[in-house]
Amino acid sequence: MILNVLIWAALLIGLFFNALGVIGILRFPDVYTRLHADTKATTFGSIFTSLAVMLYGVSQFFSTTDGQYAALVFHTIIAVIVLAVTNATGAHAIARAAHKRGHGPNPSVVDRLKETSK
Amino acid sequence: MSNMISFFVTSIFSFVVYLLLTAGSGSVLRLWSSQEIMAGAVLGLITGFAARKFFCSQRQSAPLNPLRWITAVLYVIGPFFIEMAKANVDVAYRVITGRIRPGIVRVKSGMKTDLGTLMLANSITLTPGTLTVGIDEETNDLFVHMINIPEGTEARESLEAREVFSIFNCPAWIRRIAE
Repeated sequence: MILNVLIWAALLIGLFFNALGVIGILRFPDVYTRLHADTKATTFGSIFTSLAVMLYGVSQFFSTTDGQYAALVFHTIIAVIVLAVTNATGAHAIARAAHKRGHGPNPSVVDRLKETSK
Repeated sequence: MSNMISFFVTSIFSFVVYLLLTAGSGSVLRLWSSQEIMAGAVLGLITGFAARKFFCSQRQSAPLNPLRWITAVLYVIGPFFIEMAKANVDVAYRVITGRIRPGIVRVKSGMKTDLGTLMLANSITLTPGTLTVGIDEETNDLFVHMINIPEGTEARESLEAREVFSIFNCPAWIRRIAE
Protein backbone atom coordinates (compact mmCIF):
# COMPACT_ATOMS: atom_id res chain seq x y z
CA MET A 1 0.00 0.00 0.00
CA ILE A 2 2.68 2.51 1.08
CA LEU A 3 4.87 1.12 -1.68
CA ASN A 4 2.14 1.85 -4.22
CA VAL A 5 2.00 5.46 -3.05
CA LEU A 6 5.78 5.71 -3.36
CA ILE A 7 5.69 4.31 -6.90
CA TRP A 8 3.01 6.81 -7.91
CA ALA A 9 4.93 9.68 -6.28
CA ALA A 10 8.14 8.77 -8.12
CA LEU A 11 6.26 8.49 -11.42
CA LEU A 12 4.59 11.87 -10.94
CA ILE A 13 7.86 13.62 -9.99
CA GLY A 14 9.54 12.08 -13.02
CA LEU A 15 6.75 13.15 -15.36
CA PHE A 16 6.77 16.66 -13.88
CA PHE A 17 10.49 17.16 -14.56
CA ASN A 18 10.30 15.60 -18.02
CA ALA A 19 7.44 17.96 -18.87
CA LEU A 20 9.49 20.90 -17.61
CA GLY A 21 12.30 19.83 -19.91
CA VAL A 22 9.95 20.03 -22.87
CA ILE A 23 8.60 23.42 -21.81
CA GLY A 24 12.18 24.62 -21.38
CA ILE A 25 13.03 23.73 -25.00
CA LEU A 26 10.15 25.91 -26.17
CA ARG A 27 10.79 28.83 -23.82
CA PHE A 28 14.55 29.34 -23.69
CA PRO A 29 16.29 31.60 -26.23
CA ASP A 30 19.50 29.85 -27.42
CA VAL A 31 21.11 26.44 -27.79
CA TYR A 32 22.92 26.40 -24.43
CA THR A 33 19.98 27.33 -22.26
CA ARG A 34 17.85 24.85 -24.18
CA LEU A 35 20.41 22.15 -23.49
CA HIS A 36 20.12 22.97 -19.79
CA ALA A 37 16.39 22.38 -19.77
CA ASP A 38 16.47 19.48 -22.19
CA THR A 39 19.29 17.23 -21.03
CA LYS A 40 19.33 17.81 -17.31
CA ALA A 41 15.68 18.07 -16.38
CA THR A 42 15.01 14.96 -18.43
CA THR A 43 17.88 13.07 -16.77
CA PHE A 44 16.44 13.86 -13.36
CA GLY A 45 12.93 12.98 -14.49
CA SER A 46 14.08 9.70 -16.02
CA ILE A 47 15.93 8.80 -12.82
CA PHE A 48 12.64 9.10 -10.96
CA THR A 49 10.61 7.10 -13.48
CA SER A 50 13.35 4.43 -13.33
CA LEU A 51 13.11 4.56 -9.54
CA ALA A 52 9.41 3.78 -9.85
CA VAL A 53 10.24 0.78 -12.06
CA MET A 54 12.85 -0.41 -9.54
CA LEU A 55 10.43 -0.12 -6.61
CA TYR A 56 7.84 -2.06 -8.56
CA GLY A 57 10.39 -4.74 -9.43
CA VAL A 58 11.56 -5.08 -5.81
CA SER A 59 8.01 -5.37 -4.48
CA GLN A 60 7.07 -7.97 -7.10
CA PHE A 61 10.30 -9.92 -6.51
CA PHE A 62 9.64 -10.25 -2.79
CA SER A 63 5.98 -11.18 -3.21
CA THR A 64 6.35 -13.64 -6.12
CA THR A 65 10.09 -14.60 -5.89
CA ASP A 66 10.14 -14.65 -9.67
CA GLY A 67 13.64 -14.05 -11.02
CA GLN A 68 12.49 -11.92 -13.95
CA TYR A 69 11.61 -9.06 -11.59
CA ALA A 70 15.16 -9.07 -10.21
CA ALA A 71 16.37 -8.85 -13.80
CA LEU A 72 14.07 -5.85 -14.28
CA VAL A 73 15.63 -4.08 -11.27
CA PHE A 74 19.25 -4.73 -12.30
CA HIS A 75 18.68 -3.75 -15.92
CA THR A 76 17.04 -0.52 -14.81
CA ILE A 77 20.04 0.28 -12.58
CA ILE A 78 22.40 -0.23 -15.53
CA ALA A 79 20.12 1.90 -17.74
CA VAL A 80 20.22 4.75 -15.20
CA ILE A 81 24.03 4.67 -14.98
CA VAL A 82 24.40 4.64 -18.76
CA LEU A 83 21.79 7.39 -19.11
CA ALA A 84 23.56 9.67 -16.63
CA VAL A 85 27.00 9.25 -18.18
CA THR A 86 25.97 9.50 -21.84
CA ASN A 87 23.59 12.39 -21.24
CA ALA A 88 26.34 14.50 -19.68
CA THR A 89 28.81 13.58 -22.42
CA GLY A 90 26.29 14.21 -25.19
CA ALA A 91 25.30 17.61 -23.82
CA HIS A 92 28.98 18.53 -23.58
CA ALA A 93 29.58 17.44 -27.20
CA ILE A 94 26.60 19.39 -28.55
CA ALA A 95 27.57 22.55 -26.64
CA ARG A 96 31.17 22.32 -27.78
CA ALA A 97 30.18 21.76 -31.41
CA ALA A 98 27.80 24.72 -31.28
CA HIS A 99 30.49 26.98 -29.87
CA LYS A 100 33.09 25.88 -32.43
CA ARG A 101 30.56 26.53 -35.18
CA GLY A 102 30.31 30.14 -33.98
CA HIS A 103 27.01 30.13 -32.14
CA GLY A 104 27.90 32.16 -29.09
CA PRO A 105 25.53 32.27 -26.15
CA ASN A 106 22.91 34.87 -26.90
CA PRO A 107 21.83 36.60 -24.71
CA SER A 108 24.85 36.42 -22.41
CA VAL A 109 26.62 38.58 -19.86
CA VAL A 110 30.08 37.08 -20.35
CA ASP A 111 31.83 34.61 -22.68
CA ARG A 112 35.30 33.63 -21.45
CA LEU A 113 35.68 30.78 -23.96
CA LYS A 114 35.42 33.16 -26.93
CA GLU A 115 38.02 35.49 -25.42
CA THR A 116 40.58 32.72 -24.99
CA SER A 117 40.08 30.92 -28.31
CA LYS A 118 40.89 34.03 -30.34
CA MET B 1 52.81 -7.68 -10.38
CA SER B 2 50.54 -4.69 -10.89
CA ASN B 3 49.79 -6.25 -14.26
CA MET B 4 48.28 -9.24 -12.43
CA ILE B 5 46.26 -6.99 -10.12
CA SER B 6 44.82 -4.95 -12.97
CA PHE B 7 43.99 -8.24 -14.76
CA PHE B 8 42.03 -9.50 -11.74
CA VAL B 9 40.29 -6.19 -11.10
CA THR B 10 39.15 -5.98 -14.73
CA SER B 11 38.01 -9.63 -14.71
CA ILE B 12 36.00 -9.22 -11.51
CA PHE B 13 34.44 -6.02 -12.77
CA SER B 14 33.31 -7.55 -16.07
CA PHE B 15 32.10 -10.69 -14.21
CA VAL B 16 29.93 -8.53 -11.93
CA VAL B 17 28.51 -6.64 -14.91
CA TYR B 18 27.74 -9.96 -16.63
CA LEU B 19 25.95 -11.19 -13.50
CA LEU B 20 23.90 -7.99 -13.35
CA LEU B 21 22.87 -8.39 -16.97
CA THR B 22 21.88 -12.05 -16.61
CA ALA B 23 20.10 -11.84 -13.22
CA GLY B 24 16.87 -13.78 -13.12
CA SER B 25 18.04 -16.70 -15.23
CA GLY B 26 18.00 -19.49 -12.64
CA SER B 27 17.93 -20.73 -9.07
CA VAL B 28 21.38 -20.10 -7.52
CA LEU B 29 20.56 -17.49 -4.82
CA ARG B 30 17.17 -17.43 -6.62
CA LEU B 31 18.78 -15.32 -9.37
CA TRP B 32 21.36 -17.05 -11.55
CA SER B 33 21.62 -20.40 -13.25
CA SER B 34 24.95 -22.21 -12.86
CA GLN B 35 25.54 -22.17 -16.63
CA GLU B 36 25.34 -18.39 -16.70
CA ILE B 37 27.82 -18.11 -13.81
CA MET B 38 30.30 -20.41 -15.60
CA ALA B 39 29.92 -18.49 -18.87
CA GLY B 40 30.34 -15.21 -16.98
CA ALA B 41 33.54 -16.41 -15.30
CA VAL B 42 35.08 -17.53 -18.60
CA LEU B 43 34.06 -14.35 -20.42
CA GLY B 44 35.29 -12.28 -17.46
CA LEU B 45 38.74 -13.86 -17.68
CA ILE B 46 38.90 -13.25 -21.44
CA THR B 47 37.74 -9.63 -21.03
CA GLY B 48 40.17 -9.11 -18.17
CA PHE B 49 43.04 -10.29 -20.35
CA ALA B 50 42.01 -8.16 -23.33
CA ALA B 51 41.08 -4.94 -21.54
CA ARG B 52 43.38 -4.73 -18.50
CA LYS B 53 45.57 -2.03 -20.11
CA PHE B 54 42.58 0.23 -20.82
CA PHE B 55 40.69 -0.23 -17.57
CA CYS B 56 43.54 0.55 -15.20
CA SER B 57 46.77 1.72 -16.72
CA GLN B 58 49.93 2.75 -14.86
CA ARG B 59 49.02 6.42 -14.98
CA GLN B 60 45.45 5.78 -13.92
CA SER B 61 45.69 3.64 -10.80
CA ALA B 62 42.47 4.85 -9.17
CA PRO B 63 40.20 1.96 -10.30
CA LEU B 64 42.49 -0.52 -8.51
CA ASN B 65 41.53 0.66 -5.03
CA PRO B 66 38.19 -0.76 -3.84
CA LEU B 67 37.89 1.97 -1.22
CA ARG B 68 37.61 4.49 -4.04
CA TRP B 69 34.73 2.50 -5.55
CA ILE B 70 32.84 2.70 -2.26
CA THR B 71 33.59 6.41 -2.01
CA ALA B 72 32.32 6.88 -5.57
CA VAL B 73 29.03 5.13 -4.79
CA LEU B 74 28.61 7.18 -1.59
CA TYR B 75 29.38 10.36 -3.52
CA VAL B 76 26.79 9.63 -6.20
CA ILE B 77 23.92 8.72 -3.89
CA GLY B 78 24.77 11.32 -1.23
CA PRO B 79 26.11 14.82 -1.97
CA PHE B 80 25.81 14.58 -5.74
CA PHE B 81 22.18 13.54 -5.75
CA ILE B 82 21.20 16.26 -3.29
CA GLU B 83 23.06 18.89 -5.36
CA MET B 84 21.28 17.60 -8.44
CA ALA B 85 17.84 17.70 -6.82
CA LYS B 86 18.33 21.22 -5.50
CA ALA B 87 19.67 22.52 -8.82
CA ASN B 88 16.80 20.83 -10.67
CA VAL B 89 14.26 22.70 -8.59
CA ASP B 90 16.20 25.87 -9.39
CA VAL B 91 16.05 25.19 -13.14
CA ALA B 92 12.35 24.32 -12.85
CA TYR B 93 11.84 27.75 -11.31
CA ARG B 94 13.73 29.39 -14.20
CA VAL B 95 11.79 27.44 -16.82
CA ILE B 96 8.52 28.68 -15.35
CA THR B 97 9.51 32.30 -14.67
CA GLY B 98 12.01 32.79 -17.52
CA ARG B 99 14.43 34.73 -15.30
CA ILE B 100 17.86 33.85 -16.75
CA ARG B 101 21.24 35.53 -16.88
CA PRO B 102 23.36 33.18 -19.01
CA GLY B 103 27.06 33.30 -19.83
CA ILE B 104 30.24 31.26 -20.04
CA VAL B 105 32.74 31.52 -17.19
CA ARG B 106 36.15 29.96 -16.61
CA VAL B 107 36.34 27.53 -13.70
CA LYS B 108 39.63 26.42 -12.17
CA SER B 109 39.34 22.65 -11.79
CA GLY B 110 42.49 21.96 -9.76
CA MET B 111 42.43 18.31 -10.90
CA LYS B 112 45.68 16.66 -11.87
CA THR B 113 44.47 13.46 -13.58
CA ASP B 114 42.27 12.96 -16.63
CA LEU B 115 39.80 10.86 -14.66
CA GLY B 116 39.37 13.62 -12.08
CA THR B 117 38.75 16.24 -14.75
CA LEU B 118 36.25 13.95 -16.49
CA MET B 119 34.34 13.32 -13.28
CA LEU B 120 34.30 17.02 -12.39
CA ALA B 121 33.12 18.01 -15.88
CA ASN B 122 30.35 15.41 -15.82
CA SER B 123 29.31 16.39 -12.31
CA ILE B 124 29.10 20.02 -13.40
CA THR B 125 27.07 19.09 -16.47
CA LEU B 126 24.66 16.86 -14.56
CA THR B 127 23.91 19.48 -11.92
CA PRO B 128 21.48 21.60 -13.92
CA GLY B 129 22.14 25.27 -14.34
CA THR B 130 25.75 24.56 -15.26
CA LEU B 131 27.01 22.99 -18.49
CA THR B 132 30.62 22.29 -19.40
CA VAL B 133 31.25 23.69 -22.88
CA GLY B 134 35.00 23.45 -23.27
CA ILE B 135 38.26 22.62 -21.58
CA ASP B 136 41.67 24.26 -21.49
CA GLU B 137 43.90 21.24 -22.02
CA GLU B 138 47.05 22.83 -20.62
CA THR B 139 45.70 23.93 -17.26
CA ASN B 140 42.67 21.57 -17.04
CA ASP B 141 40.45 24.63 -16.56
CA LEU B 142 36.83 24.19 -17.58
CA PHE B 143 34.60 26.61 -19.46
CA VAL B 144 31.16 26.39 -17.88
CA HIS B 145 27.95 27.82 -19.26
CA MET B 146 25.82 28.94 -16.32
CA ILE B 147 22.15 29.69 -16.76
CA ASN B 148 22.14 32.22 -13.95
CA ILE B 149 25.39 34.03 -13.19
CA PRO B 150 25.26 35.75 -9.80
CA GLU B 151 25.50 39.54 -9.98
CA GLY B 152 29.14 40.67 -10.10
CA THR B 153 30.66 37.25 -10.85
CA GLU B 154 31.08 37.95 -14.58
CA ALA B 155 33.82 40.51 -13.93
CA ARG B 156 36.10 37.94 -12.28
CA GLU B 157 38.79 36.18 -14.30
CA SER B 158 37.95 32.67 -13.04
CA LEU B 159 35.92 30.87 -10.42
CA GLU B 160 36.98 28.13 -8.03
CA ALA B 161 35.35 24.74 -8.71
CA ARG B 162 33.87 24.82 -5.21
CA GLU B 163 31.69 27.83 -6.10
CA VAL B 164 29.79 26.00 -8.85
CA PHE B 165 28.22 23.66 -6.27
CA SER B 166 26.11 25.21 -3.56
CA ILE B 167 25.93 22.90 -0.51
CA PHE B 168 28.61 20.22 -0.60
CA ASN B 169 32.27 20.39 -1.50
CA CYS B 170 32.02 18.09 -4.55
CA PRO B 171 35.54 18.78 -5.93
CA ALA B 172 37.04 17.50 -2.66
CA TRP B 173 35.00 14.28 -2.98
CA ILE B 174 36.14 13.82 -6.57
CA ARG B 175 39.75 14.37 -5.53
CA ARG B 176 39.30 11.63 -2.93
CA ILE B 177 37.90 9.27 -5.59
CA ALA B 178 40.07 9.94 -8.60
CA GLU B 179 43.47 11.14 -7.36
